[in-house]
Amino acid sequence: MIFALQSLPYLWQGLLITLEVSALVVVFSLIAGTILGVAIVYGPRWLYWPIRIYSDVLRGIPLLVLIFFMYYGLPLFKINLTNLASVVLALSAFKTAHIIEVVRGAIQSIPVGQTEAGKTIGLRFGQRLLYVIAPQAVRRFLPPWINAVVDTVKGSALISLVGIVDLMLAIQQVIGRTYIPMPLYVLGALMYFVINYSLSLASRRLEARFAYIRE
Amino acid sequence: MAENSKTSPVVRIRDLRKSFGTNLVLDGIDLDVQKGEVVVVIGPSGSGKTTLLRCINLLETYDEGSIQVDGLEVGFRDGTGGGRQRRSDRELARIRADIGMVFQLFNLFPHLTARENVVLGLRKVRRLPLAEARRIAEHWLVRVGLGDKLDSLPSQLSGGQQQRVGIARAVAMDPKVLLLDEITSALDPELVGEVLTVVQELARDGMTMIVVTHEMAFARDVGSRIVFMDGGRIQIHGTPREVLSQTRHDRLKAFLARIELKLH
Amino acid sequence: MAYHLNFGYIWRHFDKLTWGLVLSLELAFVSILIGMAIGLSLALAYTGGGRRVRGIVAGYVEFIRNVPLLLLVYLVFYGVPSIGGFAYDATTSFIITLSVYAGAYMVEVFRAGLAAIPKGLIDAGKAIGLNAWQRLIWVRLPTMFRIVLPSLSNAYVSLFKDTSLASVIAVPELTYGAQWIKTNSFRVIEVWMVVTPMYLITGYALLFALQQIERRFAIQR
Repeated sequence: MIFALQSLPYLWQGLLITLEVSALVVVFSLIAGTILGVAIVYGPRWLYWPIRIYSDVLRGIPLLVLIFFMYYGLPLFKINLTNLASVVLALSAFKTAHIIEVVRGAIQSIPVGQTEAGKTIGLRFGQRLLYVIAPQAVRRFLPPWINAVVDTVKGSALISLVGIVDLMLAIQQVIGRTYIPMPLYVLGALMYFVINYSLSLASRRLEARFAYIRE
Repeated sequence: MAENSKTSPVVRIRDLRKSFGTNLVLDGIDLDVQKGEVVVVIGPSGSGKTTLLRCINLLETYDEGSIQVDGLEVGFRDGTGGGRQRRSDRELARIRADIGMVFQLFNLFPHLTARENVVLGLRKVRRLPLAEARRIAEHWLVRVGLGDKLDSLPSQLSGGQQQRVGIARAVAMDPKVLLLDEITSALDPELVGEVLTVVQELARDGMTMIVVTHEMAFARDVGSRIVFMDGGRIQIHGTPREVLSQTRHDRLKAFLARIELKLH
Repeated sequence: MAYHLNFGYIWRHFDKLTWGLVLSLELAFVSILIGMAIGLSLALAYTGGGRRVRGIVAGYVEFIRNVPLLLLVYLVFYGVPSIGGFAYDATTSFIITLSVYAGAYMVEVFRAGLAAIPKGLIDAGKAIGLNAWQRLIWVRLPTMFRIVLPSLSNAYVSLFKDTSLASVIAVPELTYGAQWIKTNSFRVIEVWMVVTPMYLITGYALLFALQQIERRFAIQR
C-alpha cells in the first residue's frame, strides 16, 4: 500500500499526459470537424463526396487499428512525427470524423425558414451562419459534442499501447512494480470517472443555458 | 393610387417561367407593381402564387423571363460574354436587403428577442450604429403595438404577436417593396385581425406591397389591384371591383366558392 | 531507399486473420446478447423501481460510460482474479467485460425505447383485460424492440469494432492476428493495409444486412 501511495506523483504525470492529449485532440477535431461539417452541408458537390467518404471510413475502423496504422505506417511514408504527435494525429483524425456528423446534424436540425428569413433581411452567407444558424445549432451540438469529448478522454487510453506513458500506462507500470492490481485499477477508473463525469455535469449546465431557444 | 403613373414600376415582371422538374409552376407571368400599390395575389393552392412571391427575392430561382426590382434584375447579371450569370451571394444580399418579406410561419429568430430580431438586419446589413438601430426597432415595434414586448423572446409571444414582429423586422429595413406570404394562414382566427390592421396601416402610409392571401375582405378593402392566378398563369387582373365582379369566370367562381366554404 | 510492399507472408498466414475476424464477430455477438439481457432487466427495474433501484442502475451506467474500455478489460482480466483467488481464460474474461460494457449502453437504449411506447397502446392493453405481466410480454416488449432495432444494429457494429481491444490480453481475434503477423514478419504497413479494410467492409456489410432486417420489421407497422 505504501508503494501505491508513493506512486501517486507518477500517476499524476500520466494523468497530465492524458489531459494534454485529450485537450489537443478536442481542439483540433473541433476546428477541423466544424469546417468540414459546414462544408458538407453548404459546400459544392465536389467537396461533399470526399468528406462523406472520409467520415464514413474513419468511423468504420476501430480506433486501436487507426492508432497502430498511423504509428507504424507514417514513418514508412517518410513522415516522421514524434510518438506523441502521431497519436494526437490519429485521435484527431478519428474524432474529426465524428464531429463532422455532429455539426452536420446540428445545422440540419435548423428549419430552412431560418435561412430564408436571414436571406430576406439581406444577410450574406457568413452572416447567416454566424448570427442565425450557429446560435441555434449550438444547442443541438452541445450534448453529442460533450459525448465526443468524453469518448476522446476514454479513447486516449489506447495510446498506452504504443508506449506513451499516459494515465493508463502509468497505472500499468505501477502495478508492474507493486503487484497490487485491483486497488490501482479502481483508483485509475475513479480518476477517469471524475474527469468524464464532471464533463457531463458541465454539459448539462451548458445545455440549460441554451434551453431558452425554442421554435 | 398611382395606378396610371408614368414612373417606372418598383417591380417589373416579364414572361416569368419556372418549373420544378417536369411540373410547370409559373407559365409566363407579366406583372408591374407601381410605387405605393398593394397588389393582392389570390388563387387556389398550387396555382404558383407563393412561388411567384419567392422568386421576387430569389428564395426560388427562375428559369426564364425577368424580374426587376427598382430597375435591377434580381436573379442574374449580364455576363462578360453577353449571357446571363447568376448573382453572387453578396450581390443577392444587397438586393434582398431592399425587398422585405413576411412568412406564413413567421420565421422569427428564436434565440433573439423581438427587438434583437429587428435590430439584426439594421446592424449587420444597414451598418447602423447600435443606438440608432435600437431606436428604429423600437419605433416599429411600437407601431405594430408591441411596445411592451421589446425584450420578449418569440417563444413568449402569441402567433399574432410573432407575426407583427415579423412585419416590424421587414419594414424596419425600409424596403422598396414588401412581400407578404399568407401571413395570417397559420394564425388562430381571433388573431388574424390584429395582424391585418397593421398591414392596412402600412398600405395607408404608401408602402408598396405584394400580398398573397385568402382573406377576401382584406383583398377587397386594401388591395389596389387583385391578381387571380391559376395553373401558373394570371387569369384575371384588375381592381378589386373589376375582379370580384367577374362571377361568370368558372375558375374564379370555383375558387371563391371554396374560400367561402372555408370561412363558414 | 523506397519501401517495397510485400504481402506474401500475410497471404500465407491469412487464416490467422479470417479466424480472427470470425472470433471478433462471435465475441461481439455473445456480448450483445448478454448485454441485452442485462440492459433489459435493468431498464425494466429502473422504469418500475424506486429511488434506490434507480440510483444503483444509474450508478452502473454512469460508471461504465465514463471509464475507458481498455481499463475495464485490464481490470476484469488482471484485477478481479487477483482478489478473487480464481482465474479464467482471456476469452471468457473479455466476454464478461464487453457484456458488462454493452449492458450499460443497452440500459440506456431500452430505457429510451420503453419511454417511447405510445401510452395509448398500453391503455389498449388494459382495455382488453391484460394484466401487467401480459402487457409487458405482448404489448410493451414487442413495441419496444421495434423502436430500438436501429440502435441495436449500431451497437452491434460498434461492439464488433471494440473487440479489437481483446488483443491486449492475447485473445486471438482480428487485431491480435494482425499483430502476430507483424511481430513475425515485420510487414507492418502491409498487415494494417489488409486488416483495416477487413474491419471496414465487415462493419458496413453488417450494418447493411441489419438494416434489411430492420426494414422487414418496419413494414409490419
